[in-house]
Amino acid sequence: MIPVRFEYEAASSVEQARELLRAGDEDAKVLAGGHSLIPAMKLRASRPSLLVDIGRLRGELAYVRDEGEQLAIGALTRHAELERDPLVQAHCAVLSHAAGMVGDPQVRHRGTIGGSLAHADPSGDLPAVIVALGAELTIVGDSGKRTVAADEFFRGVWETAIGRGELLTEIRVPKLGAASGWAYQKFTRRALDWAAVGVAVVLTRDNGSVRNPRIVLASMGGTPLRASAAEAAFTSADHAEAAAQVIAEGTEPSDDGFASAEFRGHLARVIGRRALEEALGRR
Amino acid sequence: MTTTETRTGRYVGAPVKRKEDRALLTGRGRYLDDLTLPGQVSMAVVRSPYGHAKINGIDVVAARAAEGVVAVFTGAELAEDWLGSLPCAWPVTEDIKMPPHFPLATDKARYQGDGVAVVVAESRALAKDAAELVEVDYEPLDATVGLAASLDDGAPLVHDELGTNECYVWKLATDDVEAAIEVADVVVTRRYYQPPLIPNAIEPRGVLAQIGPTSEVTLWSSTQVPHILRFALQLVLGIPESKIRVIAPDVGGGFGSKLDVYAEEALAIALARRLDRPVKWIEERSENSVATIHGRDFDTELTLAATRDGTITAVKADVTAAMGAYLQLVTPGVPLLGAWIYAGPYDIRNYSVTFTGVFTNTTPTDAYRGAGRPEATYVLERTMDALAVELGMDRLELRRQNFISEFPSTIASGLTIDSGDYHASLDELVKRLDLDSLLSEQRRRREAGAVKQLGVGFSTYNEMCGLAPSRILGAIRYAVGGWDSATVRFQPLGSVQVVSGTSPHGQGHETAWSQIVADSLGVDFDDVEVLHGDTAVSQLGMDTYGSRSLPVGGIALVHAAEKVIAKAREIVAHQLEVAGEDLEFDAGTFSVKGSADHSMTIKEASFAAHTAHNLPDGMEPGLEATATYDPPNFSWPGGAHAAVVEVDTETGDTRLIRYVAVDDVGSVVNPQIVDGQVHGGITQGIAAALYEEGIYDEDGNLVTSTMVSYGIPSAADLPSYELARTESPSPTNPLGVKGVGETGTIASAPAVINAVVDALSHLGVTDVQMPATPERVWRTIQEARQ
Repeated sequence: MIPVRFEYEAASSVEQARELLRAGDEDAKVLAGGHSLIPAMKLRASRPSLLVDIGRLRGELAYVRDEGEQLAIGALTRHAELERDPLVQAHCAVLSHAAGMVGDPQVRHRGTIGGSLAHADPSGDLPAVIVALGAELTIVGDSGKRTVAADEFFRGVWETAIGRGELLTEIRVPKLGAASGWAYQKFTRRALDWAAVGVAVVLTRDNGSVRNPRIVLASMGGTPLRASAAEAAFTSADHAEAAAQVIAEGTEPSDDGFASAEFRGHLARVIGRRALEEALGRR
Repeated sequence: MTTTETRTGRYVGAPVKRKEDRALLTGRGRYLDDLTLPGQVSMAVVRSPYGHAKINGIDVVAARAAEGVVAVFTGAELAEDWLGSLPCAWPVTEDIKMPPHFPLATDKARYQGDGVAVVVAESRALAKDAAELVEVDYEPLDATVGLAASLDDGAPLVHDELGTNECYVWKLATDDVEAAIEVADVVVTRRYYQPPLIPNAIEPRGVLAQIGPTSEVTLWSSTQVPHILRFALQLVLGIPESKIRVIAPDVGGGFGSKLDVYAEEALAIALARRLDRPVKWIEERSENSVATIHGRDFDTELTLAATRDGTITAVKADVTAAMGAYLQLVTPGVPLLGAWIYAGPYDIRNYSVTFTGVFTNTTPTDAYRGAGRPEATYVLERTMDALAVELGMDRLELRRQNFISEFPSTIASGLTIDSGDYHASLDELVKRLDLDSLLSEQRRRREAGAVKQLGVGFSTYNEMCGLAPSRILGAIRYAVGGWDSATVRFQPLGSVQVVSGTSPHGQGHETAWSQIVADSLGVDFDDVEVLHGDTAVSQLGMDTYGSRSLPVGGIALVHAAEKVIAKAREIVAHQLEVAGEDLEFDAGTFSVKGSADHSMTIKEASFAAHTAHNLPDGMEPGLEATATYDPPNFSWPGGAHAAVVEVDTETGDTRLIRYVAVDDVGSVVNPQIVDGQVHGGITQGIAAALYEEGIYDEDGNLVTSTMVSYGIPSAADLPSYELARTESPSPTNPLGVKGVGETGTIASAPAVINAVVDALSHLGVTDVQMPATPERVWRTIQEARQ
């Protein structure tokens, strides 16, 4: 309930936020919506020395823009905004759908996409979806902006490609066309629990065959995991069952109070099959 | 919510809105943490991270030097502050083992969360930070966790000096149980484990202690039991009760977890005395998981014996119950609170229960909503279904055939059920459920091999509550009485103060007591003010637990009001110069029989009583009365509940899709409050059936110590319940009321598990360990298929 003592600064620009982060030590953290970080701090599981609050940067960092082949999404865009944004709904419905499944209404009205990705909880919903979309993440650092592929972004539990003094500012997702199929399904014991297993799927349908399936697992390891065996097996619509059977191959999920490793593997196959079928049937 | 309504007075029986709610819902309540005193300091308790560990030494140097720290004390340093151990008020047998339990451990820590030192600092955060700096040299010991293993030879001993982990063995039996089982046509024996549950009142515990200005002590505590706490504090601290004032401010729920006397209550006073500053402690949410009592943790083998035609001839329960590491206020008595209802609403003439209490390296257990009765009802109602299968009988027919149907009824366990109509509740339930349609849908899904199967489960129950006749409590060695008190006090100009000996913490006494008094005296509901929760205001009382407030305290209130009316009648008779028996009292007015315009209101009588200008010779001025009431019997609610679940047979995911309850809680004072109690109670039972479980690892680490890992369900997980009532007024009290605080919890868990088993019975499933988590259901299906 009571965090370890920490310093607090509110930034008024991206540049100032970076200055504040550089001035702090390696335990400085960025505060966005706070709906993952603050609970972790209250349990003293997270002990930042400094919180740099970027909540006042919504003018700079909360937006959804149509940029041709992609949508550009500001890091401070809230889940509830993604859920209802007409551009996201029209061009990247898997993201608005998944954003609507994050936590509860309170979380969705405070939590942000950038915060969720930077927090990098392996059971988070948006990290898996972002990897399935093959999104690009824009990080601002000393040498300006750099772009990191979602596949390269997640490094471990609560670890990402964001370096010291850097800030995640934007997420660029591809627009999905009519041939795209997608799904995000998760299994939770209670409505408000973290996913015991989540499966995100984005694929292209082509006359019964399946092209470029990206199948990503949440909560099956330390980061969102591409289910590469399942992707390789999922070449046509009638291979959904076979692909689901190998979806957990190569994963080493944890045993915890939500599920044993064995049950997680089983759930991934069941939820995976349902997600693949849902993606194929998407209209 | 279905709100049913029966109305017997202007207010009693009506769904009057709770007068407490405006303040509570708009943030104007005054809970413990809303209180601040000048000069106040904060306490943090240093707790053992080990389930069982020897304490070799404690280094407090760094903590004492930390910013804002006022004092740090180890258990050894405070040892001389305790006159006695934290009390256990229920030594259930003569030879029960009652190991000492001081507010801080000194020799070893016996459960994860056992307090070993305290830090006092200028703020709560500084106290918490400094507590992390207390260095305790622990020597971890093997822990005793499992119930069965606790009695094994060589099991680690929780209290070495006892030489055993056995706390007591308690039996209640009729003469010929074994013989009845021997000759029965059909015998079904089942074993069930009911894991620990962690009470989570929305307001965690908290205390604030102040000494002075002279020698008196004031303790504000988020407690259900200010009166019991006051005399317990004398026993622990040696301060006379007359010098102790305990105040329970607005209390945000308890569910039995605040029916206790806790280390922090004694610690805060001891530290306030030593430091001469007010000391405050607010429990943290995760701290609540280890530092506040747990419920359940029962391992039960239940046997039912029956004739081939379905007459149940014997019930036998062998229970091993975890006490946890120490005995708290009523820890050993929790099983006994269910001891008389292992036959439930059924007429079973041969009866035997045996309880073995054992110490384990876990948080002490104590009363948690239902206390002993959910544990009894669960094993009975699960086994009723099993017996029906064994007999090839319809499960409801088996229940109907064995229902007690004449009241009052003296049951084999020796007590007398006041009233009831179990057939009526079950008939109403079946009608509301539309059982035939549900069963045909179930058949359809089974035939189609659907992924999601449907199950319908029942629980027909009774329980004994309204604690309790003092003579019976004495006979079963409970250390305090079961009576309660109330005062009704007219103010000179006609408004009314009520002082309640029971101590509400969310129940709505202010509303219900106002309804009763307003109807009795014929005054307006809003003219009644209810005072409670302060031993300086309410001198006499036995507090709120065991669904006792209305059937005990509420009756004291009726009697107090009657005394006031009697005195007012004398005053009116005197002033109108008629005989008292010639006056009729109705709706607040005394009128002379046959001469209606010759009258005087009770408010006018109150004014006369206070001016005292013209009272009968020898009458004392003032118009108030106190009554105490000791109930002649427990109250015996009952009813029938049904749960409908949908089970995803691929994932084990189990969703409750309907819940229908028909309860008989006697006459009802406020149907809205009753429905609220039933809703909350049902939810806690459903939680036990599907979601909540305190899990310890083999070292005694509580692995479900946060709200992330401990599965409390939210509204998003549950359907809206369908509630109805039948009414069998209790003949033992003038209101006809029975307790309702625990019925939902008692009835619901078996209905839900029976539903889960019903959904899967065609797959060969005969039992599912509670809580029926997805993984457990999935594994049960796998095992049944093999």
